[in-house]
Amino acid sequence: MIAWKIGGDQGEGIDSTGDVLATVANRMGYFVYGYKNFSSRIKGGHTNYKVRISTTRVEAPTKRTDILVALNQETIDKNFSELDNGLLLADSVFKPMLPDNAKAQLLTLPLTAIAKDLGSVVMRNMVAVGASAALLQMPVDPFIQYVTAKFERKGPAVVESNRQAVEVGYQRIIEEYGHLLTYRLGEPHPGDRLVISGNDGIALGAIAGGCRLMCGYPITPATDIMESLVKWFPLVGGAVVQMEDELGSITAVIGAGFGGARAMTASSGPGISLMQEAIGLASVAEIPAVIVDTQRGGPSTGMPTKQEQSDLLALLHGGHGDTLRVVLTPGSIEESFEDAVEAFNLAEQFQTPVIIATDLSLSLWQQSVDRSRLNGPAQAIRRGATFSQEDLLALGANVFQRYQFSADGISPRSLPGEANGQYLATGVEHSTNGKVSEDPANRTKMMDKRLMKLQGVTQVRDGFKYEGPEDPDLILVGIGSTVGVLKEAAKQLGSNVGVAWFRTLSPFPSERVLSVLAPARHVLVVEQNALGQLRQLMTTHETTDSRYESLLKYNGVPFLPEEVVTRASALLTPVEVH
Amino acid sequence: MATLQEFRTNEKSWWCPGCGDFGVLAAMQKALVTVGADPASTAIVAGIGCSGKIGNYINSYNIHVTHGRALPAALGLKLANRDLMVLAAGGDGDAYAIGMGHFMHALRRNVNVTYVVMDNHIYGLTKGQTSPTSQEGFKTKTSPKGSLERPIHPLMLAVSAGATFVAQGFSSWQPQLALLIQKGIEHPGFSLINVISPCVTYNKVNTYDWYKQSLQNLDNDPEYVPNDRTKALARLHETDELITGLVYQEESTPYEDLIPGFKDTPLVHQDLHVDPNTWKQILATLE
Repeated sequence: MIAWKIGGDQGEGIDSTGDVLATVANRMGYFVYGYKNFSSRIKGGHTNYKVRISTTRVEAPTKRTDILVALNQETIDKNFSELDNGLLLADSVFKPMLPDNAKAQLLTLPLTAIAKDLGSVVMRNMVAVGASAALLQMPVDPFIQYVTAKFERKGPAVVESNRQAVEVGYQRIIEEYGHLLTYRLGEPHPGDRLVISGNDGIALGAIAGGCRLMCGYPITPATDIMESLVKWFPLVGGAVVQMEDELGSITAVIGAGFGGARAMTASSGPGISLMQEAIGLASVAEIPAVIVDTQRGGPSTGMPTKQEQSDLLALLHGGHGDTLRVVLTPGSIEESFEDAVEAFNLAEQFQTPVIIATDLSLSLWQQSVDRSRLNGPAQAIRRGATFSQEDLLALGANVFQRYQFSADGISPRSLPGEANGQYLATGVEHSTNGKVSEDPANRTKMMDKRLMKLQGVTQVRDGFKYEGPEDPDLILVGIGSTVGVLKEAAKQLGSNVGVAWFRTLSPFPSERVLSVLAPARHVLVVEQNALGQLRQLMTTHETTDSRYESLLKYNGVPFLPEEVVTRASALLTPVEVH
Repeated sequence: MATLQEFRTNEKSWWCPGCGDFGVLAAMQKALVTVGADPASTAIVAGIGCSGKIGNYINSYNIHVTHGRALPAALGLKLANRDLMVLAAGGDGDAYAIGMGHFMHALRRNVNVTYVVMDNHIYGLTKGQTSPTSQEGFKTKTSPKGSLERPIHPLMLAVSAGATFVAQGFSSWQPQLALLIQKGIEHPGFSLINVISPCVTYNKVNTYDWYKQSLQNLDNDPEYVPNDRTKALARLHETDELITGLVYQEESTPYEDLIPGFKDTPLVHQDLHVDPNTWKQILATLE
């Protein structure tokens, strides 16, 4: 496993350089995990992109950097401490200075000058790509092939100069620093994998789940979902509408859900706060709707480009009145895909809003994913209970009871266009025929019906997953992107540590949580917020006891496996009392 | 062909006797019958307020949403099933206060939805507060010394914002109002019909008599041709919007016809499964 990082000013092509390395390494059969550090600005300011390249699956960030490519001095100053006798390649254009306490081997190449000689400073990144291939002791050919295909549209001259940029960067490292190259990846594991983000997973899952309308308002880190669907929807006859705000986005989704289409919106904290009233409407009027919350630092504008998991309580209880929402929490990119499909099924089956809660790290960072785990055409579509046109015709006019009581709380629905199925869907309390009703007995029954029906979700879905030994000393509990971090930490901690993660936060899978965690001697709940919201939920549902400890982080930086290992080791090795 | 009776429900009205909204309801039902609408393929989206109750009295598919959000719901519904005849309804508060943001964008988006606003220049359901269309100096419970703000001019806003159909009716002038709603339904794009619909309980200034004396009927002016945005604005400005009739209309292609790859078959009738070839194409963009 090698961790490579490139840093420079935002707007200098740092991302595309990282993307090239990740894509090519993935094609060669390595597993990659790529993530970056960025700010809410377009040009300027330090940004960096780190790629972990491994012979086995990797799905977490790491503290250590083996190879750092610096396009400016700031990159060195901000990142050198991650190098532990690693290699630092710097562009000689800025006369790089290595701090006295740095443990790194400094290599310099005139990246900018080489690019200028080849025709444009823009190609500096391609020189860096070639140099990086050499530093990683990877063959240069796959990079050349990639670049050739990437620039084909721009004509042979552009292809040739970029090809040369990669080639020269590669050769110069071999010639000048060949004796210093110590990093070498193990044998690759060829497979059919794609490098995708959690947002890609959600957008793909939406299409596979029958979603054909997306109404959204751009916001970091959710916007990619909308942009991917804009690209893909014309292929399946769907539509993306960029709305005037999130109030409009969610309400359009509800209108479409009432109409019988599968529709979604995607946002982050600020937008989700605006949607809360309408989510209540979907709950009480029993209209399917799918909402994605890619959580980021809050409250208010908070930290738009930083990682956090602090919307959990708002997602469950953010609106006014007594409602339950279905809240799904994928713990990987594959699960993001699966949960997006499932969200549309659950929304129609239970006639209710379904929220998919991810977080910035899970939604944006890219990882190698097996193509077989993204099998769109194989996904089952469950529409839930409906009255067909034949049923309605047999029923006769003015008889249909849209909200009739039933054993499971689910009332078969009609869809606009169907004769004899006309009804009023309203956010006002209503009787079984949909008409406004303030009758106390009806109110109680209707409230009970809506709350009760969602308990059925626990029957169709395992809301709490576990991986680890049967008799663990410690179970690490997490959610979202933290799950990958916990899995890596558990591997480092040893065979007596397991990892459990929530797939459904609401309705809360109490029984599963209790049974999974029962054998553990210690339970460490790891979450990225200040209030310990996940643990609070577990306590509310009476699943916690004295074995529980919390590890919280809310500085905007994703958890590192190393941090979890440190805390878990302290739990596993009790301090001796003299 | 559906009859008037088929568009009625047996729901008892919650409106005050004499409310202008009865006239709006009657004209809407009349227009639906005239255009040959089918109750099962008609959908009314309503907001909050006295006006928002209109869906209770029309036998069609009805959705009654949150305050101010009828238009986005109507958009979503129309895109879900473009075979439906979608009408949105609301009051001056729903449309021009809490829902103003959606109103402006619905005008420029031009989805094929007919929007009927029941404008009484007052908040009725909350029992008599200032509305965005209340005149300056208008005294209410929230403006006891008179409203300090200038009124919204919805028709001028609509014409400026790129609307393709703008009209105003008066709930007492039934034949004209029914015809305007009918034309709005037939217009292939977003149509705004602002309807003067007096509140008999809380608005003692803008009464039926006041309107009958103040409103000018564009139908009586053979010189006026509603196809010129500048002239429409000038007329609205000169009359302080106290006119009825078709103010502006242009040839229009609805939003749903402009969406790349969007089909004529309604989304709701399409197969939800993705076929393997399309899926391959989609994944190829990620390679």
